[in-house]
Amino acid sequence: MSATTTIVTRGDHRVRRSSRRPDPVFLLFLLPALILFTLAITVPGAIGIFFSFTDSIGIGDWHFNGVTNYIAAFSDPAVLSSFAFTFGFALATVLVVNVIAFLLAVGLTSRIRFAVGLRAIFVIPMVVSGLIIAYVFQYLFQNSLPAAGSALGIPFLQESILSNPDLAWIGIVIVTAWQAIPGTLLIYIAGILSIPGDVYEAADIDGASRRQQLLRITLPLVAGYVVINTILGFKNFLNAYDIIIALTNGGPGTATRSIAMTIIRGFQTGDYAYQMAIATLFFFVAIAVAALQLSVTRGKGNS
Amino acid sequence: MSTTHTETIVTAGSTHRSRRRHHRTAWSTTILLIACTLTVLVPLYVTISMAFKTSSQSVDGNAFSLPAPFDISGFVEAWKLTRFPMGFAMSVLVTAGTVVLTILLASWASYAIVRNWDRRLFRWSFFYLLGAMFIPFPVVALPQIQLTGRVGLDNPLGVILLATMFQLSFSVLLFTAFLRSIPLELEESARIDGASTWQTFWRAIFPLLAPMSATVGIFAFLYAWNDFMMPSLIISDADLQTLPVRQNFFQTQFSSNYNIAFASYLMAMAPAIIAYLFSQRWVMAGVTQGAIKG
Repeated sequence: MSATTTIVTRGDHRVRRSSRRPDPVFLLFLLPALILFTLAITVPGAIGIFFSFTDSIGIGDWHFNGVTNYIAAFSDPAVLSSFAFTFGFALATVLVVNVIAFLLAVGLTSRIRFAVGLRAIFVIPMVVSGLIIAYVFQYLFQNSLPAAGSALGIPFLQESILSNPDLAWIGIVIVTAWQAIPGTLLIYIAGILSIPGDVYEAADIDGASRRQQLLRITLPLVAGYVVINTILGFKNFLNAYDIIIALTNGGPGTATRSIAMTIIRGFQTGDYAYQMAIATLFFFVAIAVAALQLSVTRGKGNS
Repeated sequence: MSTTHTETIVTAGSTHRSRRRHHRTAWSTTILLIACTLTVLVPLYVTISMAFKTSSQSVDGNAFSLPAPFDISGFVEAWKLTRFPMGFAMSVLVTAGTVVLTILLASWASYAIVRNWDRRLFRWSFFYLLGAMFIPFPVVALPQIQLTGRVGLDNPLGVILLATMFQLSFSVLLFTAFLRSIPLELEESARIDGASTWQTFWRAIFPLLAPMSATVGIFAFLYAWNDFMMPSLIISDADLQTLPVRQNFFQTQFSSNYNIAFASYLMAMAPAIIAYLFSQRWVMAGVTQGAIKG
């Protein structure tokens, strides 16, 4: 709120002086970012969309072929399954990450011992490369978990979950969550610490149990932070690539192939225009998801 | 608002809010949380213990045993096989380049935008730069692979440029939010002293931006140091690859020499973890500030 007012007043302030031309130094400050951004993102984006309407293979001659690529993409089971997998995975991971991070944040902000040390440990995964820790987990999933499954006599754990088409995604959710929880956790801790203490004191006096306080006070008051975490998380998880490469490489078969992997694998086997059509679809879906989430946020902000 | 959160999180090592509520330590929660740290520590322990095993011990399938005997030949082999010094130099180059370029370009652009908000060019530039926040890298990756190849940027420099551009939206958002909270009087006094816009930025604005630059820098560091996807696609010369990409090597060759693979993983992970352990309060405060402003 206060930010908005500042802009408005500063705007007025400026209007009075802006009869003069802007100091050219300001252009010098703005242009490097603008030009590099256009060359690095906008131009490639436009080129990609353009070629999605052609039969280009990346080099040599090409012809326009209208929406052929798009029609092909919509009837390609591999593409449809990669979209379904990516969204299902992103949804499941957002859920797992937020529930665990919220509970950890509640625990870490309660009256515990070693709070600083514990928090420092829980944040470590944030600085570890997803690809590398996924290699470590791959070893554990393929060697240690089946060994434990055999020892305990649990049948579905006796084979590596990564080689089971129905279970491999769970491994990917676990490793992605492992890495994503710290960032989410820090946001929840900030949210919980921003709740004034007297709210809880009043609840104590009214005889509310800890569980009631958690559900009736903490959760509603950090709702805004839940929205932030959901938006940031969903955006990241839609891009899933590194961890999948290390854990399953998209397998078994194509069971865990994300959209990013589909696009890049297709390109590496000489499919350019078709993959650009898929990328363009992905772009619009990502924008739609972002717009949807932002409109939900707006609604929350107004109420 | 967000600064308050950050300060709270920094100062509130053990929360002051609950001190007022319950005066005794919640031991059951403490013990439960300590047990939960195993999910973080066990994978790291496995990495370390596997790395110090002999080749023959590393294939016995027991991930949790201690190395017996203690052996560093895995590190020696990994050092040579992945050409670690070269990979490390490339990772440092890409990370440092991305951090510096992101802070410079984003703070310059944000300063220009905030101080010229009433001018259409600057206002539209803001929304233009911000629009990319939700563009996933895979969407533009293929044309970028081709273009960087064509203009001779299929190397770490190209990765620095592209990584910076993907960090730009978020960083501009953070810097502009922060700049709007800086009172104009501060720089007007510098101007009365006869400083030009350029001098004002470096003398008055850039030092004030330091906490936000730290936040932007931490995010750029974490992204550039750990990313696999972009360098693996953009850098065409395997010898110029960054550390994460070099770990791929063990999936195709030497797949049974786990001690070498894990030694290599450990060497690639350790620098960021050690840097974090020395600056963890600062990193946590920075990330919190960034995430909440964003």
